[in-house]
Amino acid sequence: MTPLRVVIVDDEEPARNRLRELLEECREELPHSIAGEAANGVEGLQIAAASGAEVVLVDIQMPEMSGIEFARHLQVLEHPPAVIFVTAHDQYAVEAFEVNAVDYLTKPVRAARLLAALKKAANGARLSRGVLESIDPAPRRYLSAAERGRVTLVRVSEVIYLRAELKYVTARTRSREHLVEESLTQLEQEFGGVFVRIHRNCLVARRLIRGVERGAETEGEVGWSVVLEGLEEKLPVSRRQWPQVKSLVS
Amino acid sequence: MQSIRQNDLPDALPDFRNLGVMSRILLSVNALALLIALARSREIGEFAARVTEIAGSLEPVLLGVVAVLYLGYALLERLAYVRGLLAVFGIVLAVTAAFFPFQPWVGGTREWQRELAWSLGYAMLGTGVVAWYFHLRNRAFSPAIAEARLQALQARIRPHFLFNSLNAVLSLIRKDPQRAEAALEDLAELFRTVMADNRKLIALRDELSLCRQYLNLEQLRLGERLRVQWQLDPTVEDALVPPMLLQPLVENAVYHGIEPGIAPGLIEVNIERRGDRLWLKLTNPYHEEYHHRQGNRMALANIQERLQLHFDVEASLDTRIADARFEIDIMMPYRTSL
Repeated sequence: MTPLRVVIVDDEEPARNRLRELLEECREELPHSIAGEAANGVEGLQIAAASGAEVVLVDIQMPEMSGIEFARHLQVLEHPPAVIFVTAHDQYAVEAFEVNAVDYLTKPVRAARLLAALKKAANGARLSRGVLESIDPAPRRYLSAAERGRVTLVRVSEVIYLRAELKYVTARTRSREHLVEESLTQLEQEFGGVFVRIHRNCLVARRLIRGVERGAETEGEVGWSVVLEGLEEKLPVSRRQWPQVKSLVS
Repeated sequence: MQSIRQNDLPDALPDFRNLGVMSRILLSVNALALLIALARSREIGEFAARVTEIAGSLEPVLLGVVAVLYLGYALLERLAYVRGLLAVFGIVLAVTAAFFPFQPWVGGTREWQRELAWSLGYAMLGTGVVAWYFHLRNRAFSPAIAEARLQALQARIRPHFLFNSLNAVLSLIRKDPQRAEAALEDLAELFRTVMADNRKLIALRDELSLCRQYLNLEQLRLGERLRVQWQLDPTVEDALVPPMLLQPLVENAVYHGIEPGIAPGLIEVNIERRGDRLWLKLTNPYHEEYHHRQGNRMALANIQERLQLHFDVEASLDTRIADARFEIDIMMPYRTSL
């Protein structure tokens, strides 16, 4: 059996050191190697993707990206690693873990508990997207896409619009476009507060709407289109969405 | 501060140097005078004349009494409640008698012995009513104090902090046992204070050292991310403050201001004395997207309540958000002795 590849993600250095010590103690019983360490979720994703991690130990309360959101982004990888959550004291998360039968460790972590969780993970226990969403239904701060063994993260606050193409959704920022493998309906549900639907295939950032213009041609009819800050392109508004868009503009 | 130290004796004289106490005495005695004026008026037109008459002889005496109580509080405070109360009655009678020769009706047709007896009688009545009022108020507040203390105990140190700190100490035990020892000592000291009877005012010096112990522990796990800048007047360390005044605020600053950020963040603490006031100002980075993190309001409300219990209207706590920083301003009386 090849040793299990483990990645540690925690924003506190002493906490990472402690996990390393404890992993050392488990090594004899369960061979593994530490494939990398990160101090936040953004770095952690790159390390997990590049190292082909099989298990990730992740703290829940971290700046910039929570442990739960981190685990959601891991799911875009071709072979998502097993996730073991670690928490000092987060009553809400702990309740959600219990309800969904998700394994977690409390700080200070005990070697015996860690070993048990590692064994379970080695046997292929995996989280589903649905479970992660129900643990923390709050909208994510990033959208993620896997590209050639890397995870690309796009800040939701930087997205100008989301447009459904054939198989993907394009997330447009000021500088470029990203392909996201999620449905527009799911995105609309999660980020309803940030984006508004203007067309069957398009959501735009509410705060960037600068106005509407007449002249866009859709299905042979002259209709309205939306003017967005930081974007030259004008996006057509469908007749069905027009009343909602109009109420936002006026 | 006898009035809030309720360990052994349920009753105590109010703090006569406190603005709130003084205004309560003035208001209640004047309200009583209005009632008496009303009772002595046979018709409504007479009322105004009665009020003027009573006020003319009452106000100088009343202000005199309040002034003597203010000056004599340091002595009165040392007496047991009943003796203190007798002393207050004595002061009231003495001041009333001292003002008597200057009263407008003296030298008139009425007999002066009878008038003096009436004045002293009213003075006794007024003092009795006010003493009774403070006695009731004291009673009403005792459960509140116990409750505030209890609440404070619960709100003070976050379990999140305890478990993370223990975890950090564990990580040091093998590699750096000396630092682990120092950290455990800090932790023990911190909890000793938290679990102590925290109703008496303490020197700011002690509160500051508690904050430093707390920050040492946080530094251990947050490292570079936590930066603290102190700015203290040299004289402020002697000032008396409610215990656990600053520590929960510093803890809040770490929890809401430092932990949510990847980049290093700065906590600034400014404490200065301006005349007879102590000003405390604490600022930390404000992370808008994390403002829903729980617990901030609770700690602030708790401190506000304790400030009010100790200093009544003479202390205040305000918060605001400016330039992406969260700011807390506390103003309270500068005192160095009870």
